[in-house]
Amino acid sequence: MSDAANMSTPILKLEHLSMKFGGLVAIGDLSFEARRGEITALIGPNGAGKTTVFNCITGFYKPTEGMITMTRRDGSTHLLERLPNHEIPAKAKVARTFQNIRLFSGMTLLENLLVAQHNKLMVASGYTILGLFGFSGYKRAAAESVELAKYWLEKAELLDRADDPAGDLPYGAQRRLEIARAMCTEPELLCLDEPAAGLNPRESLALNELLMSIRDETGTSILLIEHDMSVVMQISDHVVVLEYGRKISDGDPASVRSDPKVIAAYLGVDDEEVGDVLVEVGDEQVIEELDVAPDPEHGPGASSSMFAGAVSDTIEHSDEDERIAVSKGASKAAQVEAKEARSAEAPDTPSKGAK
Amino acid sequence: MSLQTSTQPTSPVQQALREALIAGVVSFGLFFFFIGLKTDQNIRNELVLVTRWGLLATVVILTMIVRFLYVAYAVPFLARQKIADAVTGLLPDSTGTKFFRVPFFIGSLVLAALLIVFGSAIVAWTGPNIGAYVTLIRAFAIIYAVAAIMFYGRAFIGRNFASIGIVSLILYPILVVVILALLAWSNGSANITSAAFQGSLKWVDNFGIQILIYVMLAWGLNIVVGLAGLLDLGYVAFYAVGAYSYALLGTHFGLSFWILLPMAGILAAFWGVMLGFPVLRLRGDYLAIVTLAFGEIIRLVLINWREVTNGSAGISGVPKVSFFGWFTFNVSDPNYISKVFDIPQSGAYYKIFLYYLILALALLTAFVTIRLRRMPVGRAWEALREDEIACRSLGINTTSTKLTAFAIGAMFGGFAGSFFAARQGFVSPESFVFLESAIILAIVVLGGMGSLVGIAIAALVMVGGTEALREMEFLKSFFGQDFTPELYRMLLFGMAMVVVMLWKPRGFASSREPTAFLRERKAVSGSFTKEGHG
Ligand SMILES: Nc1ncnc2c1ncn2[C@@H]1O[C@H](COP(=O)(O)OP(=O)(O)OP(=O)(O)O)[C@@H](O)[C@H]1O
Ligand SMILES: [Mg+2]
Repeated sequence: MSDAANMSTPILKLEHLSMKFGGLVAIGDLSFEARRGEITALIGPNGAGKTTVFNCITGFYKPTEGMITMTRRDGSTHLLERLPNHEIPAKAKVARTFQNIRLFSGMTLLENLLVAQHNKLMVASGYTILGLFGFSGYKRAAAESVELAKYWLEKAELLDRADDPAGDLPYGAQRRLEIARAMCTEPELLCLDEPAAGLNPRESLALNELLMSIRDETGTSILLIEHDMSVVMQISDHVVVLEYGRKISDGDPASVRSDPKVIAAYLGVDDEEVGDVLVEVGDEQVIEELDVAPDPEHGPGASSSMFAGAVSDTIEHSDEDERIAVSKGASKAAQVEAKEARSAEAPDTPSKGAK
Repeated sequence: MSLQTSTQPTSPVQQALREALIAGVVSFGLFFFFIGLKTDQNIRNELVLVTRWGLLATVVILTMIVRFLYVAYAVPFLARQKIADAVTGLLPDSTGTKFFRVPFFIGSLVLAALLIVFGSAIVAWTGPNIGAYVTLIRAFAIIYAVAAIMFYGRAFIGRNFASIGIVSLILYPILVVVILALLAWSNGSANITSAAFQGSLKWVDNFGIQILIYVMLAWGLNIVVGLAGLLDLGYVAFYAVGAYSYALLGTHFGLSFWILLPMAGILAAFWGVMLGFPVLRLRGDYLAIVTLAFGEIIRLVLINWREVTNGSAGISGVPKVSFFGWFTFNVSDPNYISKVFDIPQSGAYYKIFLYYLILALALLTAFVTIRLRRMPVGRAWEALREDEIACRSLGINTTSTKLTAFAIGAMFGGFAGSFFAARQGFVSPESFVFLESAIILAIVVLGGMGSLVGIAIAALVMVGGTEALREMEFLKSFFGQDFTPELYRMLLFGMAMVVVMLWKPRGFASSREPTAFLRERKAVSGSFTKEGHG
C-alpha cells in the first residue's frame, strides 16, 4: 500500500461500538476515527464511558456490539474486538496506560522497561532455551533492549533514577514512567488514560512536551483521555466528546470548545457566558469536584480482580439490581438538542443555545 | 494509691517483681489444666485424674523468673543499646565486641579441644547423665567459637556469602569425617576410619541430605510462589510424581537413575502443565484450594491404584544410584565401591555420594533460577507477581508465562522426588501428605519470597532445628526419661514462624535483587514488592 493512501486511512476506526454491563449501557453505538500521526483526545464527564472505550480497544472488555479496526503502518488491519487481550499490544501494536497507575512497583525502572520488551526478547532468546546457554544473539538483543530503555528513560527525564524501584517514585514521575514503559513496546497507537491527573502545572507542561515529541519523533498516534482542558486544547489535533456513552461532539479543539452540547454536558448551563466555561473546567478545583473515583464495583478499581477472569465474569457481576436507567433529562447534551429542535420549529423564538 | 505510684518513679526491679507476679498468676491460670491435671487410665481401664503439682510449680516459677529477668535486666539493657540495627535486627557492634572478645574466643577453643579429646574419658568417669551436659558444653564452646569467627569476619562473609556457603557445603562431609576420626582417635578406638564413616552417617544423612532436599524443594516452589506469585499448596504432588516415576520405572524396567532423573522431571513438569491449564484461570484463594485438592488427589490415587502403586504399602527395593555405572553401592555387585577401590565396606559412602548428588541438584536449581530471573521469562514472572493487568497490557501472554513457572517449579519437584526415592529405597503415599507442602511453603515464606539465600537459611533453621531436637538428649534430665523432644517439633516450628514473622514480616531476606541495572545494583526493599494474588 502506498504511503499516501496509508496516511489517509485512519489508524483506528470504531464502528457502532456498544458495551453493556447488565442493564447499564456504558457505551452506546459509538463511532469515531483516530487519524494517523495525530493526537486524538477523548473527553467527557465522569462516568461517560471513556475508560470503557479504552478497555474495549485494548481487549480487556469484549464489546457487546461493534467493530474496532486498527490499521498498521504496513497496511495490515486488525479487528481488535476479536484479538485476545495480550495479542493487541503484540500484533496490533496498541499500548496503553491506566487511570490508576499500574507499575511493577517492586522492580526497578529499568526492569519495568525491559518487561515491556518481553515479546521481542522472548524471540531473541529462542523462547528462553538459547538464552539459557548464553547465545550471542540474545546478548545483543538484551543490550539493544537496555539501550531502548535508556532512550525512553532519558525522554521521561528519569535516567538518573533507573536503578530505583518504581514504587519509590513521586506520582508525576510514575505517570511518565508508565508512558515510557508503554513506548518500549514500540506501539503505533498509544492510549493514555488521564496522564495529567494529579500532576502539578510544571509536570503537566513537561508531559505536554513529552507527548508532542512522541507524536513528532516516532510518528506514534496518540489517543488521550483527559480532564485537564488546558492539556486537551494545547496538544490535541482532534477531540471526541462522550456523554453517557454516546458521542456528542467530534472535531478540532476550537469547534468542540464552542459546541453548546459539550458545554452543557460539562456544566449543565446554557447561558451567555458559555465561552468561559471550558476554561473553568480546566480549573483544577472544578475537576476535583467533578472527579469522583470510578465506582469500584464497576469501573476498573484498584484491585486486579475485575480483569483477571474471563471478560464474561466481570460482566456477570452486574446483576439485575444494578440495572441503571439514565433518567429522563440527565443528558445535558440531549437537552440542548431538544431545545434546538424546538427553536427550529418555532423560528420566532431566539435561540440562546445556538450561540 | 494510683496517684502515689504515678508520682513515685518505680525502679526496674520493683516493676519487674510486680510483672513477675502477674506473669506467675497468668501462667498458673493457663497451665493449671494443661499441666497441673492429667487424665490417665489405671490398670482396670478406669479414667483417673493425676495431679502434677511439682511440674506445674516448676513451670510457673520458671515463667516468673524469666519475666523478672527480662523486665529487670534485659529491657533496660536493650533500651541502653538504643535498640540495635533496624535493618538486621542485630545488636550494635559495641555489644558484639563486648560479647566476642579474643580471650573468650581462645578460651572456648581450648575448652572445645579439651572436651573433644578428653570428653569420652569424662563421660566414662561420671556416667551418662552428667555426660550429656559435657556434650552440651562442648557444643556451646564450638558454637561460640564459630560465632566469634563469623562476627569478626562478618564484612567478608557478607560480601562473599554465596561462595562461602557453597564451599562450606562442599567441605561439609569431609569435615564431618575428619572430626569424627579425631574423636575416634581420642577415644582410642581400634578402627578409626570405619568408626568415623559410621558416625558420619547421621550428620551427612539426617542433617545434610535432609536439609538439602528441603532446600531444593523450597527453591523449586520459590519459582512458583516467590517469583510468579502463584500460591501453590499442592507442591508435594510433583514431588510424589517424581518419586513414583523413579520407583516404578526403576523397579519394573531396571532403568538407571541417570536416565530416570530427567524423565521424572519431565513427567512432573507434564503434570504441572496438566494441572496448570484448567487452574491458572483462577486467582488467589481459589488457586490455592484447587492446588491443595490436586495434591490430595495424587496421594489418593497413589493409595488406591493398588495394581500399579501397591497402595499404602508402598514400593520397596527401589534401586540405588550408581556412580555413572563405574561403580555401585550394592554390596553384592561385582563392582561395589569397596571392591573397586579396595577399601573397607561401609554404608556411609553411599550417603556421602547422595549428599553430593543432592547438593549438585540443589545448586542446579539455584543456577537455573538465577539464570531465568535475568531472562525475559523470569522478569515476566516477577512482573506477573507485581501486576497481572499491566503485564497483559504489555503483550505478555500471562497464561503461558504462568504455565512455564508451574512446569519448571514442578520439574525441580520431580527431580527432588526421584532423588528422594533413590535415597530411601522405599516410597509410600505417607511421605507426600499435605503437611509436606505446608512445610515447604513455610520455608519459602520465612526465607523471604524470591530470595535463594533467605530460603536456604530458613530451611537450615527449620529442618536442621527440628532434626537437632533429636539430639537434645540432655533435656531428658529436666523433663524425665519419657520426654521425646522431637514430638515438639511442630510446636517449635510454629513458634519460630510466629517469631520470624513478627521480627521480619517479609522473611529473612526481605529485599529483592534487581535483575538488571544501569549504574549500580541496589537491592529493592521488600516494602515495594508485592506477593501476587493468583
Ligand atoms: N466492569 C464493569 N461492570 C459494570 N459497570 C461498569 C464496568 N466498567 C465500567 N462500568 C460503568 O460504565 C460507566 C462508564 O465508566 P468509565 O469508567 O468508562 O467512565 P469514565 O468516562 O472513564 O469516567 P472517569 O472520568 O471517572 O474515569 C460507569 O457508569 C461505570 O460504572
Ligand atoms: Mg476513566
